[in-house]
Amino acid sequence: MAEVALLDVGKSYGAVEAVRGLSLSVAHGEFVVLLGPTGAGKTTTLRLIAGLERPDQGHVVIQGRDVTREVPAERDVAFVFQQYSLYPHLTVYDNLAFPLRSPARRVDEKTIRRRVQQISELLHIEHKLGNRATALSGGEMQRVAIGRALVREPSVYLMDEPLSSLDAKLRAELRLELKRIQRELGTTILYVTHDQIEAMTMADRIGVMSEGALIQLGTPREIYERPNSAYVAGRLGTPVINLIPARLLGGPVPPQVETVGLRTEHIRISTADGPGPRAQVHWVEHLGDQNHVHLKLATHSLVTLADPVQPLKAGDQVSLEFESPLYFDQAGRRISADGLRGHA
Amino acid sequence: MSTPITAHSVAEPSSRSKLIASFLVVTYAVITILPLLWIFLTGFKTPPDSIAYPPKVLFEPSVEGYVNLFTTRSRQTPEFLATLPPPQTWYERLVRSRNMVIGGPSKVVPRFVNSMVIGFGSTFLAVCFGTIAAYAFSRFRVPLADDLLFFILSTRMMPPIAVAIPIYLMFRHLGLTDTKLGMILLYTAVNVSLAVWLLKGFMDEIPREYEEAAMVDGYTRLQAFFKVVLPQATTGIAATAIFCLIFAWNEYAFAVLLTSGDAQTMPPFIPFIIGEGGQDWPAVAAATTIFFIPILCFTILLRRHLLRGITFGAVRK
Repeated sequence: MAEVALLDVGKSYGAVEAVRGLSLSVAHGEFVVLLGPTGAGKTTTLRLIAGLERPDQGHVVIQGRDVTREVPAERDVAFVFQQYSLYPHLTVYDNLAFPLRSPARRVDEKTIRRRVQQISELLHIEHKLGNRATALSGGEMQRVAIGRALVREPSVYLMDEPLSSLDAKLRAELRLELKRIQRELGTTILYVTHDQIEAMTMADRIGVMSEGALIQLGTPREIYERPNSAYVAGRLGTPVINLIPARLLGGPVPPQVETVGLRTEHIRISTADGPGPRAQVHWVEHLGDQNHVHLKLATHSLVTLADPVQPLKAGDQVSLEFESPLYFDQAGRRISADGLRGHA
Repeated sequence: MSTPITAHSVAEPSSRSKLIASFLVVTYAVITILPLLWIFLTGFKTPPDSIAYPPKVLFEPSVEGYVNLFTTRSRQTPEFLATLPPPQTWYERLVRSRNMVIGGPSKVVPRFVNSMVIGFGSTFLAVCFGTIAAYAFSRFRVPLADDLLFFILSTRMMPPIAVAIPIYLMFRHLGLTDTKLGMILLYTAVNVSLAVWLLKGFMDEIPREYEEAAMVDGYTRLQAFFKVVLPQATTGIAATAIFCLIFAWNEYAFAVLLTSGDAQTMPPFIPFIIGEGGQDWPAVAAATTIFFIPILCFTILLRRHLLRGITFGAVRK
């Protein structure tokens, strides 16, 4: 059964359409990540589910109940904000206990203590319970913020870029921890991010959003390997997929193909003469474990990865070979290798 | 000869500029405190000492000013005084030595109570209304919000006394002249605009996420306001309360115009003291000293908040 479902939801702020015609359902125990750039409508989607915004059209359904007209407190969801999530005038313990002390819930203090203890151990912050919320490091603060959502057992957790204000190391650490907790507790999470690594590593399914609409929804593999458009293809993978006009590459391509999408694994570079198009090495970035190679193919630039042991340097002439690249038509929709449009 | 190399932070002022700064602060403090100190000392002088020229810095302290402040007296002939039974208390003796007898307590206590009731009452109301209005302006899409805010501010664009006549007529019509309620309403009305503007700035500084988190966690907006917004607005509320109280406490013009008896506050009352039996400056000084105490206490109580609040939220927590 779907834990949360959005049915053709739309929301505008004045002339700006923040979310349009959005339908999405999240199953029980599922981890769904909404991925997209700033202004794609991800946060608005979460706020609509939480009840912090009223949709102009459509319905929000939580556990089979239409909650579109309900206030946030009645909806039984938990929200983790990007920042400002802890109350500075309360201790860590009181912050964690805050949702349980809501007049709508009436949990006795003994249960609260047990629950807070449990969650603080899960998040490794039990030694900080007496601290003021402002006397924590960034990582600890975000742990407490997540903990404040976890003390309750809501039908769904809504997380709005909870890790984005942390440094890279902490982010990686908490990413793993969050996924572990989600597996252990079997919770349903709808998670918003613009970080593709978070999306790829944590999600059961990823929804890619752009300008208020859901462009594609699928497992991380599906989204990565079979994007339905050049836009989706560009959201995942580092370095970013290279979009090259088909005519530059020559060779056989399905009909109506306008653009060819080349990820680094689709490109093979050889210094020997090959049948493929020839390109010039523009420069090489050494990252230690790998090299980013910038190539000039006629007037177009390409970026790909190369083995550090491969002796490439600026000015070298190389020949390129392509292996099952992605094809896109004029409108940016993907055409599968057998020429069928929209076959994802 | 080598110059010693010292680690010198750019942000840290040098000891010389610190010295200059402390000198300026001390000078300013002395200049502002001196008149207050003079008033305080005058309260303990005898009437002749208080008007002595050159002014007396050293004098024999006396509580005559305070006795005169709290009593009404009448001058009597020595013959009449001789017929009276001997004075029972120290202050009766003091008054008798000036050839006077105590008629009864003066009006200073009820006037002081009036000041307290009207000052704190109007401050409380202005801060309450101001907080609620500022929250609304800060959080909700109020129609014509900018115009309304301008309109609210426009009530401060002239001296309040400029509208004295219409207010006097209104008060007379409504039967509010010389009532505490009338004065509380008037001072609240004047202070609300200040409170709304000051507090809106503080409310804007409190991220909405706090209330939103509380609302998702099962609180209503009102509960979230009390549990989450108010505790974080204490700085602003304290600063606003002090400004409001200072205005209401010191207001003179309306108090003279609209009160004469039951609701009279200290500012119009203090000048009356001079009229009773010559130029009784020690009694005036005593009244001023007592008048000063509540504001001093209130400010000291809220000082911790005020010091942060006076920067108008410029410093992020």
